[in-house]
Amino acid sequence: MLELQRVSAHYGPIQALVEVDLVVRAGEIVTLIGANGAGKSTLMTTLFGTPRASSGRILLEGEDITALPPHRIARRGIALVPEGRRVFAKMSVYENLLLGATPLEGAHVEENLQRVFSLFPVLETRRTQRAGTLSGGEQQMLAIGRALMSEPRLLLLDEPSLGLAPLVIRTIFRTIVALNREHGLTILLVEQNARQALKIAHRGYVLQNGRIVLEGSGAALLADPQVRAAYLDAVS
Amino acid sequence: MTAAVISASSPLALRLRDALAVTVLGGLLALPFIGLVTVEEGGALTVRTRWGAWGATLAALFFGRLLLRAALDAWRSRRPARKRAVFSSGDAVLRRAAGTSLLAAALLLPVFFADNRYVIDTATTLGIYVMLGWGLNVVVGLAGLLDLGYVAFYAVGAYTYALLSTQFGWSFWEALPAAGALAALFGILLGYPVLRLRGDYLAIVTLGFGEIIRIVLLNWTSFSGGPNGIGGIPRPSFFGLAFARSAEGRTFHEFFGLEFSPMHRFIFLYYLIVVLALLTHALISRLRVLPTGRAWEALREDEIACKALGLNTTTVKLSAFATGAMLAGFAGVFFAARQGFISPESFTFSESATILAIVVLGGMGSQLGVVLAAAVLVVLPELGRQFADYRMLVFGAAMVTIMAVKPTGLLARREPTVRLNPERSAAP
Ligand SMILES: Nc1ncnc2c1ncn2[C@@H]1O[C@H](COP(=O)(O)OP(=O)(O)OP(=O)(O)O)[C@@H](O)[C@H]1O
Ligand SMILES: [Mg+2]
Repeated sequence: MLELQRVSAHYGPIQALVEVDLVVRAGEIVTLIGANGAGKSTLMTTLFGTPRASSGRILLEGEDITALPPHRIARRGIALVPEGRRVFAKMSVYENLLLGATPLEGAHVEENLQRVFSLFPVLETRRTQRAGTLSGGEQQMLAIGRALMSEPRLLLLDEPSLGLAPLVIRTIFRTIVALNREHGLTILLVEQNARQALKIAHRGYVLQNGRIVLEGSGAALLADPQVRAAYLDAVS
Repeated sequence: MTAAVISASSPLALRLRDALAVTVLGGLLALPFIGLVTVEEGGALTVRTRWGAWGATLAALFFGRLLLRAALDAWRSRRPARKRAVFSSGDAVLRRAAGTSLLAAALLLPVFFADNRYVIDTATTLGIYVMLGWGLNVVVGLAGLLDLGYVAFYAVGAYTYALLSTQFGWSFWEALPAAGALAALFGILLGYPVLRLRGDYLAIVTLGFGEIIRIVLLNWTSFSGGPNGIGGIPRPSFFGLAFARSAEGRTFHEFFGLEFSPMHRFIFLYYLIVVLALLTHALISRLRVLPTGRAWEALREDEIACKALGLNTTTVKLSAFATGAMLAGFAGVFFAARQGFISPESFTFSESATILAIVVLGGMGSQLGVVLAAAVLVVLPELGRQFADYRMLVFGAAMVTIMAVKPTGLLARREPTVRLNPERSAAP
């Protein structure tokens, strides 16, 4: 579904990604873990062309999207839930969701809205509320709902559990699994919460200083002594 | 009235608040129109105050509104489904009431001041600023792009009409769309190079752009007349009927069998700007509920999220610049037609600053707020004439006070552009 071939990315002189090879197959949940500053978010946004890959190729369903402008990429069935949620604070929940439907240019808005509301009933009760006044968990649900409004086949989630209470994190993870199993969504998940994220993943990658240093099935990575030492030790 | 009666949620408190709001709005509007009067004294015009008449107007507004509200509610209570929405969405109702009363006041103004040129002129100026404020509001208030050179587009509109009419004999109505389009084009020309700038950087570049346009107009004498400006700009006609004592074709007063009065033209100009402003308002209100307008606001909120959602931030920004510039272009055409003479002096940075002040003071993004702020900024200096030397001081003090008391502007609360179910969402 998604394939990165030796992708590098730079912020000016700083190289944030070094020849990254990564594959996400249709129907998978793939988890990407790594320390702060490893380049996880950069990898996600590079898929959207900001920053643009300085070398390498990005293929989405076999087609080269490396050079497409961001708004074109979003029209190809790929949606990003950005790090830190980034909901439109002064706009209502409903308006936020409508903005998520932009890539479809007004098609299927009602159906998708109902789908999102059935996934996150709390959003329906809060639909006229300003997004900035939602709780952190609700904002995360809104950010995910907003991304789903464009009917993506591939969903990119950048640290959806950031700053949330354990109970809410569990809800979010359950939703991610449900989206994958029941709605057939392919998911690329970036997480600090490595244990839970690897548990639900089919496969995983470890990113270190912009390089992929390890890859394997979720279970294999969970059992890997290096991974345990670097990312799972604190919570054993 | 005892305090116990006026509990926060009682209909009475709401009604008093509603009446008070209408009185404040109306009073502000009535101040120059009713509170002040020009009298001829030994051949010179002087301004007199009429506090009595103004006070009476306030009282009439307050009690009139109370009665009207009570009557309306009594009438509405016969339809129980609607009853609850009236008070629970108090803010929206207030806004609508304020908007309606402002509109009524605007339309009725010439009826009461048919022979008062000072009032009609001031109100016409106010109309221009409201239109400019609404136009800049698209760029600054909605799209969040700080533009300090807005007056450039106003100048483009004014000079377009001045040149097209004096050189090629275009009429007002022919030049209006052309000037709007040209101003929009300039908006895009400016927008393109500054697409990647935000905040302070954008402000500086737009400031420079405004100055460049003015300096070009000032120095390109063969094109724009330089500092001498362009004179003899034709006045707009009423569907081909001229406002003159006598003209080649038929004149306005002949056609309608009226006695000639110079006031006809001023009143016509006033209604013209009211119509232009209303069209502007309709356009912006419409755009706001369309994806275009929603994208402007999303851009203001978070550009990165916009990109992730597949919004083309380039076209979103350019459309905001172009729309704002076009509206300034329209206002410029009207300005040139009204003055009959334009020169670069009218398009200095202080104009941009005034328009920006109107937008900020009104509470970024609020249409009604712009009207109120424009009224404050246009009427206040007029009142200040009595204080002559202290005028700018009073003006500045008023601005500082407002920003200290209401730092987010007069009306900063944003109304959502969509409601799934108005009846249900209005309920508490
Ligand atoms: N806009 C930017 N300009 C310059 N450098 C940047 C920018 N964004 C990220 N970087 C740098 O790129 C590197 C990778 O950052 P990135 O945000 O991708 O890390 P991350 O793995 O997502 O970290 P975290 O877990 O803290 O979110 C860091 O060294 C960071 O300083
Ligand atoms: Mg990150």
